[in-house]
Amino acid sequence: MISPQEELIIDVLVDHKPGVLYTVSNLFRRRAFNISSVAIGTSEKDRVARMTLTMRGGEKEAVQLVRHLENLVDVIKAEIVDADKAVVRELALVKIAPKPEDRLQILSFVDVYRAKIVHLSDDSIIVEASGDSDKIDAFIELSRNFGLKEVARTGLTALSRQQKQTESEENDVGW
Amino acid sequence: MEMSGASALVEALRREKTETVFGLPGGAIMPVYDVFYKMRDLPSELRIRHVLVRHEQTAAHMADGYARASGRVGVCMSTSGPGATNLVTGIATAFMDSSPMIAITGQVARPFIGKDAFQEIDIIGVVTSVTKYAFQARKAAEIPQIVNAAFRIASTRRPGPVLIDIPRDVQQEMDILEFTGRPIPRRHGPLPDPDPGTVARMADALAKAETPLIIAGGGVKIAEASRELVALAELLTCPVATSLMGKGCIPEDHPLSIGVMGMHGSSETNQVVSSADVLLIVGSRLSDRTTGNIDKFCPNSQVLHVDTDKAEIEKNATPTISLVSDAKKALKAIHADLVRLHARRPELNWFHRTKNEADLDDLKKDGPYLSAVQTIRLLRKLLPRETIVTTEVGQNQMWSLIHFQAYGPRQFITSGGLGTMGFGFPAALGAKVACPNVPVLDIAGDGSFAMTENAMATSIQEQIPVTVVILNNRMLGMVAQWHRMFYGRRYSSVSLGRSPCFPKLADAYGAEGVAVRDYKELSEAVKSALKSEIMTVIDVPVSPEEDAAPMLAPGAGLQEVVAA
Repeated sequence: MISPQEELIIDVLVDHKPGVLYTVSNLFRRRAFNISSVAIGTSEKDRVARMTLTMRGGEKEAVQLVRHLENLVDVIKAEIVDADKAVVRELALVKIAPKPEDRLQILSFVDVYRAKIVHLSDDSIIVEASGDSDKIDAFIELSRNFGLKEVARTGLTALSRQQKQTESEENDVGW
Repeated sequence: MEMSGASALVEALRREKTETVFGLPGGAIMPVYDVFYKMRDLPSELRIRHVLVRHEQTAAHMADGYARASGRVGVCMSTSGPGATNLVTGIATAFMDSSPMIAITGQVARPFIGKDAFQEIDIIGVVTSVTKYAFQARKAAEIPQIVNAAFRIASTRRPGPVLIDIPRDVQQEMDILEFTGRPIPRRHGPLPDPDPGTVARMADALAKAETPLIIAGGGVKIAEASRELVALAELLTCPVATSLMGKGCIPEDHPLSIGVMGMHGSSETNQVVSSADVLLIVGSRLSDRTTGNIDKFCPNSQVLHVDTDKAEIEKNATPTISLVSDAKKALKAIHADLVRLHARRPELNWFHRTKNEADLDDLKKDGPYLSAVQTIRLLRKLLPRETIVTTEVGQNQMWSLIHFQAYGPRQFITSGGLGTMGFGFPAALGAKVACPNVPVLDIAGDGSFAMTENAMATSIQEQIPVTVVILNNRMLGMVAQWHRMFYGRRYSSVSLGRSPCFPKLADAYGAEGVAVRDYKELSEAVKSALKSEIMTVIDVPVSPEEDAAPMLAPGAGLQEVVAA
């Protein structure tokens, strides 16, 4: 398991239009960058989507990736996120099918992890856990002891705590 | 103005000052060709010339050759499916060498997209890796905007190909269209002026250098910065080596030009480059063919790298100082700083310029063959100074690199990055369309010429006279040379057997064809080709054993040139 210290996070703002995910993911493939997760969604602006990438590799490679990304017509801005100065989160849905005698214990560790039970039926439980990737990894590991069935993770998303300084540049969207 | 998407496309092209489109029609692009047909009634200054090819690959190479010869954006066009995929080699060639091109493809009508309809191909998906951008017009109203943006993207900063895919029903759709281009987003617009602090540090390093040297790449040609390059070299009295793409950006008979460096550069050139203490690299991405083994590339030199594309900085070499800038602005600024520092170096005492003067008075044949090297040197002597020369790929290209001196930045056109056999001849036709008053000659090999020889039909029909000199060794010569040098002479599938008789083939197309037997016949054939109104193919028999020498073995450093 790769710890977060060895993963670099890159924040990418892109024009929100069809094909942009393909263009960006094609860049990783073509230039053999080792991307471990991609999370994409809308941003605070109508026509702008935010992608959060995590990559394995050194700072130098990350700088190259940022430069290549910024050459793409649809990319508005790309930058390496300083994880110490950002809020970094991932969300996971974890389905567990516990033995009846384990049910109570699950409830208690769900609480310890500040996770939530979002589905409960006779034979299974779905837990929603969020936090940094380490915490999610640990939660999943623990769940293995109680009949872990399925996991869906969103990939990492991050937001810098600092004030943005390049507002005008980011307004320069579309073509 | 109410018009169809097809009319909008043609009108938008006209607004971009497109004079010529190279292409071949087919089902999904017919509405556009119908607009071309109707242009017959317009006065000539409002018409766009269409050059009909026989294979779409040659249309792309022609547009590329047109762009490289003129600096203007070249335009090619095809139908959907196989027409579009045939363009891909030409698009990739332009991409690797940063040549501004627009490729326009027809597409199946919108309701059929994604249904695997007849001649449907996802061309956007296919070309994403080899274009700066690819557009698909989803309605006619988008076309003026798309064309405007495509030309800006293709020609701004580091140029490259852009594809525009237009479904057939979008070409036919009528709408009220407006032709107002949106401004280019700043992040893709022209680069700001070079950072003065970085320029000063570079100037300082050059002023303190004992043996400075400039490596000039294709970026110098693109930025039209030849004059600035020569001025800086003269101020520093420092030698200039070029990459293959940079060949000609300093006239190669200039006393400070030391020719092309790299895998097939002369050993003298590579030695001089290796012994420089400060290297100023301008507009070169430092490909493996230019640097040799990158780990052994100038280990004792201070590297200053200027490039318009920030992604090229530190991609291959690690510079001491780097500057993201247009080459022309950077060279000008560094020059100005050096003048301010009074850093003029009058001495020229640390390198010898390679002598590249052929003794051409007494050329004799070696058995049935002419020497490829002497043939190329003789061509240089026979051709007017302003001649545009294109090459194919392989030995013909490497012989030309060393032995054909280029005197101007847009006078040596070759597929450097992709190494596309069959490029030179159609590129020559495109160059001739761009520069009709300049002689254009393709130095070819028999293997390469065979790949796009059908463009002879275009040359004749469209009256685009160029000369093709085939260095005919009846071999895929460069591969055969590697077999000789690195594979124990195990010649695997490189003999082209009898090949067709190229002069007869030329004749069949209605072109001139000459088989020459000695240097005197060669001279006469070239002189008469230069005067001819139709294209000429000159077939020169060369030995299958003649190597393109010298060369670096794969993995070798620049200092380790082996004589073949």
